[in-house]
Amino acid sequence: MASITILLDQCTGCTLCLKACPFGAVHMANKKAVIDMAKCTLCGACAGACKFGAIELKDLSGPKRDLSAYKDVWVFCEQKKGHIQSISFELLGEGKKLASKLGVKLCAVILGSGIEPKIAELSERGADKVYLVDHPALQFYQDDPYTEALVKLVEEYKPEIVLCGATTIGRSLISRVAIRTGAGLTADCTGLDIDGKERLLLQTRPAFGGNIMATIVTPRHRPQMATVRHKVMQEAGIDKGNKAEVVRKTYPEEVFKSRTRLIETVEEISETINLSEADIIVAGGRGLGGNEGFAMIGELAKVLNGAVGASRSAVDAGWIPYSHQVGQTGKTVVPKLYIACGISGQIQHLIGMQSSKVIVAINKDPDAPILKVATYGIVGDALEIVPALTREFRRLLGKK
Amino acid sequence: MNIIVCIKQVPNTTDVRIDPVTNTLIRDGVESVINPFDAYAIEEAVRIKERCGGKVTALTMGPPQAETALREAISLGCDEAVLVSDRKFAGSDTWATSYTLAAAIRKIGDFDVVLCGKQASDGDTAQVGPGISAHLDIPQVTYIKKILQISAQGARVERMTEEGYDEVETPLPCLFTVVKEINTPRMPSLKGMMRAKSAKPVKWTAADLEADPAALGLEGSPTRVLKIFTPVPRKGGEMLSGSAADVSKELAELLKDMVV
Repeated sequence: MASITILLDQCTGCTLCLKACPFGAVHMANKKAVIDMAKCTLCGACAGACKFGAIELKDLSGPKRDLSAYKDVWVFCEQKKGHIQSISFELLGEGKKLASKLGVKLCAVILGSGIEPKIAELSERGADKVYLVDHPALQFYQDDPYTEALVKLVEEYKPEIVLCGATTIGRSLISRVAIRTGAGLTADCTGLDIDGKERLLLQTRPAFGGNIMATIVTPRHRPQMATVRHKVMQEAGIDKGNKAEVVRKTYPEEVFKSRTRLIETVEEISETINLSEADIIVAGGRGLGGNEGFAMIGELAKVLNGAVGASRSAVDAGWIPYSHQVGQTGKTVVPKLYIACGISGQIQHLIGMQSSKVIVAINKDPDAPILKVATYGIVGDALEIVPALTREFRRLLGKK
Repeated sequence: MNIIVCIKQVPNTTDVRIDPVTNTLIRDGVESVINPFDAYAIEEAVRIKERCGGKVTALTMGPPQAETALREAISLGCDEAVLVSDRKFAGSDTWATSYTLAAAIRKIGDFDVVLCGKQASDGDTAQVGPGISAHLDIPQVTYIKKILQISAQGARVERMTEEGYDEVETPLPCLFTVVKEINTPRMPSLKGMMRAKSAKPVKWTAADLEADPAALGLEGSPTRVLKIFTPVPRKGGEMLSGSAADVSKELAELLKDMVV
């Protein structure tokens, strides 16, 4: 069994471990660190922070597994109705960097029905190799056949890294594939890098609602799997000259059996832009006062070619559907521009949008927390400022 | 119909504050609550029971104090509660956690539906629900926002997608993860609170589960935390002031390059 011990001879009482512990499990007694085992989760953050080698984390026993059979960086490329989703291009962009650091191939994996024509698109986005499974059961996402097909591919070709979008499909699929293949899986990464010596994928992700960041590794298992959020990585450029090698796989019919059955797909987002993919989001809160206020920010979003977001209180008031909610119990978004109108900025909302590149906040209350994170803050009535801003942008963009 | 609802006790995010001097999480006095998403799973489990009969078992893995979360689940309408707790589970990542919960679900035995919140508010991974269904080898439908119909023959549900929703049919037993839109959780009833007070959650240790010791806790976890750090908190920027027309003009000018 794993255990953690403070080596009292080495401990200098510097309190670095106390500060590193995300679970409040370390305290000082007689100028030495003491670990409260009721709170400790053996996460190892303290051992990593200790500069004196005073914390011994006894981990796995037994010989290290041979991981040398695993190579290449894979990107699971999500398609909907035959269209490759933009997150896949972002992952190919990031995957290329990782593959070149490791000196291995970047491989795109695509599952679908009649998707042969998409190979060219993956090829020009820099894939060295494309693994393709084409079958009618893969036309739409279904948990069972997608899981089975991807597990088969992973077991046969043994990638060392698999990247996947942190989307509803990606998170549902890859979690099951990781269990089945005994892989390490890290969710919602915002930063990826390679430790060249150990060939480890360094996966950095927010936890506790973005209040802390953790770097996670998978030392003894392969593949190393990670999901990545939208808009965090740079899309791969287009190189028409790149020609990927194509591996087409077929499997027996039983692989494609689905216990669940998709009856229909309903698209109900009122605008054309998906919130998590939008570059610009105009969001409204309680300060908008009602449906008319939301019509106003809808207008601004339209002019900017952006999407409409909302705070929980606006959704709870019934002014806008839940699918627009940004924050802890809604969506996490990382647009280039987030315009918060009449949103006070409770921590649960900030968690969902504070990584946006530029934040504009318009609020009547000069003490509203949203103004403390805003790149540009305006103390004023959103109902007056939003229409004025819409007019300005219309003029600026030459729109009627 | 027997329903198992998996819950997690988490620190209340509203209480999470950063110490401005040391730049670390302040944890003193941070209250533990049921993961907000799990409240919807509990409510949905109770509603299925009310529709179809049967019982609801709340299941959690955690330290001994997670018993509080189970009592709360009982006050909200769950019939039974199981706490899986052992030092041997310490250090579990999502692989080992879903393995342990799946082993506990097998021990509970007769079940038709497993319900989970879509993710926990501390880890935010959304991996444990699908992980449990993979370990149990049962079908799953994630992110469900509505149960249209449910009976021993199967269920029809609406699964939330980025664009809208899918209507999906599934046989039972099945695992669902739920989103907030699915219901409005009720308040604890007086009867529920009385029951919670006298309830005795079943407690299982690693030895009670049919589980491979090498697949538990840190040892059974493929991932390791290399380091934890506090991000530089986002600082406020410029405040613009003036009439609505003036600030709009100024702001549009500042954002010009971003919007064209």
